[in-house]
Amino acid sequence: MSRKDEKRLSRRAWIATASGAVAAGLIRTQADAVRLDAQQAPLAAPDPTKVPGRFTSEVGSRAPGVQPRRLARAQALSSASQSPLQDLMGIITPSDVHFERHHGGIPDISRDRHELLVHGMVERPMVFRMADLERYPQVSRLYFIECSGNGRAGYTRDGMRPETSVQALDGLFSTSEWIGVPLSTILREVGVRDGASWILAEGGDSAMMSRSVPLEKAMDDALLAYGQNGEPIRPEQGYPVRLMLPGWEGNAQVKWLRRIEVTDRPTMTRDETSKYTDPLEDGTARQFSFVMDAKSVITFPSYGFALPDRGWWEIKGLAWSGRGRVARVEVSTDGGRSWADAVVQGPALPKCTVRFRHLWEWDGGDTHILSRATDETGYVQPTVQQLWEARGERTSYHFNNQRAWKIARDGVVTFGLGELV
Amino acid sequence: MRRARSGAGAVAVALAMLAGCTSEEFGGVGGDVAYVDTRDALPAHAPQRFGFGAEAPAARVAMWDIDVKPDGEGLPAGSGTVAQGQQVFATHCVACHGATGTEGPNDRLVGTEPWGDWPGSLTVGAYWPYATTLYDYTRKAMPQLTPGILSADQTYAVIAYILHLNGIVPEDAVMDAESLPAVRMPARDRFVLDDRVGGAGQVR
Repeated sequence: MSRKDEKRLSRRAWIATASGAVAAGLIRTQADAVRLDAQQAPLAAPDPTKVPGRFTSEVGSRAPGVQPRRLARAQALSSASQSPLQDLMGIITPSDVHFERHHGGIPDISRDRHELLVHGMVERPMVFRMADLERYPQVSRLYFIECSGNGRAGYTRDGMRPETSVQALDGLFSTSEWIGVPLSTILREVGVRDGASWILAEGGDSAMMSRSVPLEKAMDDALLAYGQNGEPIRPEQGYPVRLMLPGWEGNAQVKWLRRIEVTDRPTMTRDETSKYTDPLEDGTARQFSFVMDAKSVITFPSYGFALPDRGWWEIKGLAWSGRGRVARVEVSTDGGRSWADAVVQGPALPKCTVRFRHLWEWDGGDTHILSRATDETGYVQPTVQQLWEARGERTSYHFNNQRAWKIARDGVVTFGLGELV
Repeated sequence: MRRARSGAGAVAVALAMLAGCTSEEFGGVGGDVAYVDTRDALPAHAPQRFGFGAEAPAARVAMWDIDVKPDGEGLPAGSGTVAQGQQVFATHCVACHGATGTEGPNDRLVGTEPWGDWPGSLTVGAYWPYATTLYDYTRKAMPQLTPGILSADQTYAVIAYILHLNGIVPEDAVMDAESLPAVRMPARDRFVLDDRVGGAGQVR
């Protein structure tokens, strides 16, 4: 067999393996293992050291074949798309794959014509254009945003399907650098009157998303954000300006913000009464459950990957808390029987995300891997059984329980929580 | 007014709880984290007011201030009956909510069982604590493809019809700025304030 034939044969074998695996919908490995999902036969590229390179350009692009993608659900006005957590590195989410949750679609808003009305229990009702807001002293901070419905797909016994990816389960979560003006600066400008205790934030989309927020939060660390990761905030994230409530559920961080009313009571909008409240087993429902509690997810290995051989692998994941900094992340590689401290990549910022890593020598046997985060208040990410005990299995929102991935002998990774409960 | 007072009490509790949370949040910072929280971003020499932006005339505020509070503040003039609301519903609502408000494909509106057909039972009869929310939400966001198309009379009417389908108001009910806030919703007492807190051993 000539060398050329050998090459063709191995290429044919590679394609067969890859297409079979892709057809099975399972196999994918990280960069240091064979990438079976790329569906690109390795081409004999010209030696780049012998070919002049390309010139500079005004706008760059990702490397060929590299484009992480959101998981876009039903094409409907009220819908969501999830960030590809398994494809991302570090903590920052590229803005074009930041998760989406819209209740009336993405509005087309002109930055130059957009106005924010601030009124109610204030000394001076005022209208701000974007140029006004951008002239105020600016801050930039790193924060996560998580939809409080994140994780719903894997919370109930019936819902724990092995074929669940970290993207499908927990992809309503992203982290960005947000740039804007503290809401406290604007409230100082208008002069909040005595007796005020809440604000109503209202969006300029076709759902006019409306949420009541305690004035204390508005005066604490809330932002009017107009920038995201070095550029104007994306339309999907609320262009030209959104409310940022660090550590709180995404829904309350009203996008396309056009009105703030300072009040002395909550407005009791639909999305703080019949939605975004947490029904409990005793028939009551928890309201104004704003804070996102500590949580961690393993992003590698996770469903969609396969470990091609035993030996050294690095378990990688993300952890965050809406109550402050992540203090500790532990990893179990034996189904939760024993736990080891993962390395938490600093700096750990408040109400932001950390990347954690744990070096692990896989012995090739069946096992489940889990992670659990502890935040600086001492709160430990609970098990799903603990949440069931506290809230019931029929609750909704705030599913921050520990997750588990099963690693089978053949290296295939699936969502494994169902086998542990 | 009883409702307004209990609302104010709830607010006070909520604020007390939130104060308890936030005082913890930035305490106990350990390790070598070199992060400066910039909540107090304004330098000492910043003026009390910068003067950027424009004062909003009352007419401008009135044009945009369309929310409705639980005590009825913000409700416009107008009225509507159950019978009128049936017509509005047939024209504007059935395509998404079904002939009797139960068929979907979008949210189920009618039902009174607290856990019936969960999780599809976030119905008006089972899970909406304030009737005023129906006005606030309908005026802003419904019908989904043509939000804002309904007149005040039509909005009151369709709310009367939906409340009647849920068995909350009688067939001869008329909804207006007086009667709507007075409707006592079955789910009014279901809601409790968030009692989750941080800290060791806390699972709520």
